[in-house]
Amino acid sequence: MIMTERVFIEPQPTSETQTFWEAAKEGRFFIKRCDACEKAHWYPREHCPFCTSMDTKWVEASGEGVIYSFSIMRRAKPPYVMAYVTLSEGPTMMTNLIECDPVALRIGDPVSVAFVETAEGNALPMFKPKAGAVR
Amino acid sequence: MAHPALAYIAGAYEHPTRDAGGKTLAQLQIEAALGALADAGLSKDDIDGFFCGPDAPGTGPLSIADYMNLNLRHVDTTNTSGSSYLLHVSHAAQAIAAGKCDVALITLAGRPRAEGRGKGGLVRRDDPNQPDFQWEQPFGIQILNVYGMTAMRHMHLYGTTSEQLAWIKVAASHHAQYNERAFSRDLVSVEDVVNSPMVADPLHRLDCCVVTDGGGALIVTRAEIAKSLKRPLVKVIGAGERPQHQQGGYFEITQSGAFWSGKAAFAQAGVSPADIKYVSLYDSFTITVLMQLEDLGFCAKGEGGRFVMDGNLISGVGKLPFNTDGGGLCNNHPGNRGGMTKIIEAVRQVRGEAHPAVQVRNCDLALANGIGGQLGVRHASGTLILERE
Repeated sequence: MIMTERVFIEPQPTSETQTFWEAAKEGRFFIKRCDACEKAHWYPREHCPFCTSMDTKWVEASGEGVIYSFSIMRRAKPPYVMAYVTLSEGPTMMTNLIECDPVALRIGDPVSVAFVETAEGNALPMFKPKAGAVR
Repeated sequence: MAHPALAYIAGAYEHPTRDAGGKTLAQLQIEAALGALADAGLSKDDIDGFFCGPDAPGTGPLSIADYMNLNLRHVDTTNTSGSSYLLHVSHAAQAIAAGKCDVALITLAGRPRAEGRGKGGLVRRDDPNQPDFQWEQPFGIQILNVYGMTAMRHMHLYGTTSEQLAWIKVAASHHAQYNERAFSRDLVSVEDVVNSPMVADPLHRLDCCVVTDGGGALIVTRAEIAKSLKRPLVKVIGAGERPQHQQGGYFEITQSGAFWSGKAAFAQAGVSPADIKYVSLYDSFTITVLMQLEDLGFCAKGEGGRFVMDGNLISGVGKLPFNTDGGGLCNNHPGNRGGMTKIIEAVRQVRGEAHPAVQVRNCDLALANGIGGQLGVRHASGTLILERE
């Protein structure tokens, strides 16, 4: 877990998403995959947004992905990097990039998940440049 | 060239204020409505359909209908944020065709400056019941950074530059200098834009629209009524709408809903982008304009940066004059909802009533487009094609 001075809006888990947020507190990154059409989706839902099957399962994701896009919020205190990351499982998710030099980031760079703790003890899935990557 | 009319825009009015001070939201609503009625030559009791967005305070249309003392038989509160008013025109035309109303009033009013929201990025205050809330709010989603991400990816895929985006603001400022009511009449250069402070990479301060109080209103009616009035005839000949979202995590943020709403509107109108003499494009940010130009077919995807350069959007200079009132980038963005003013300037152009310095010669065909919500997350595009009769 990485502590930060940023104040986050708490995620407010629901009955549909409790499993994700409980796993996140243990540093495990889950996504939903449909057993009927076998497609992974984001954000997690009880039903499959593609085939509407209710036969969706939580699966532990690799936590690996690439930067889809990002924007540096320079006016925020402290500044942060808003991002979309495309997961190696397929879908693209909204997140933040951390532990990085924001101006050195490039779309397509490989990143891996790192959880950041909120004031109320929730863990947010964020991403950092992969160790050993060029930048 | 004459195409079948879906309905006529008989009245259009832009509230002159940019800083509402002592006026209430309800006062701005009624002043805009009365302005549009006066423009059309109609009176309050002619209105039998009322269309508004959530900027109208109260439960849907009820409080403002009560305040204005309207006698209605049709209401519609479609809300796609800033593009709502383009959809309202289309829905009003449908309601009129179905016999549900004869004279539709569409209003917008907002007072973000008077309410102390004139500065700083708009922070979304969403409802935790929204299924997306927990996956977006904790990460600090704001209007600025999602448009920033869209621009960043467009630059990555197509080589678009900050200097190219800046040309959009430059063109808007050229037009705003003639508009005495414009919030900002300063003529700016490409250098001014790219040297203004970076707010959410790659967007600079001057890539962003102004925040203003004010509003506007429209009167949409059927042919017999429009032709009985003493105003130039502006008919709606094509309309399209398209919500666009994250599609389960498989999306391309550099393609907006305008791709689909534009196709629908052009098909209905029976015209093509090459026929259009003037465009009003929602300019929440410079990137919003670039995306609409490409997605509506005025240039190929990825060519928007080159298309907007060298004053191509400036009236009298370039091939496709846009936002000749100065747009949201310079003139007015009442209540952070820019769709209404886009329609109003397109009506002025088609009537031949724009400022003489920016009036497009023989402007018999115009297009207005709005992107409401958030490009790059969830938004809805609305397209209208207007023709002079």
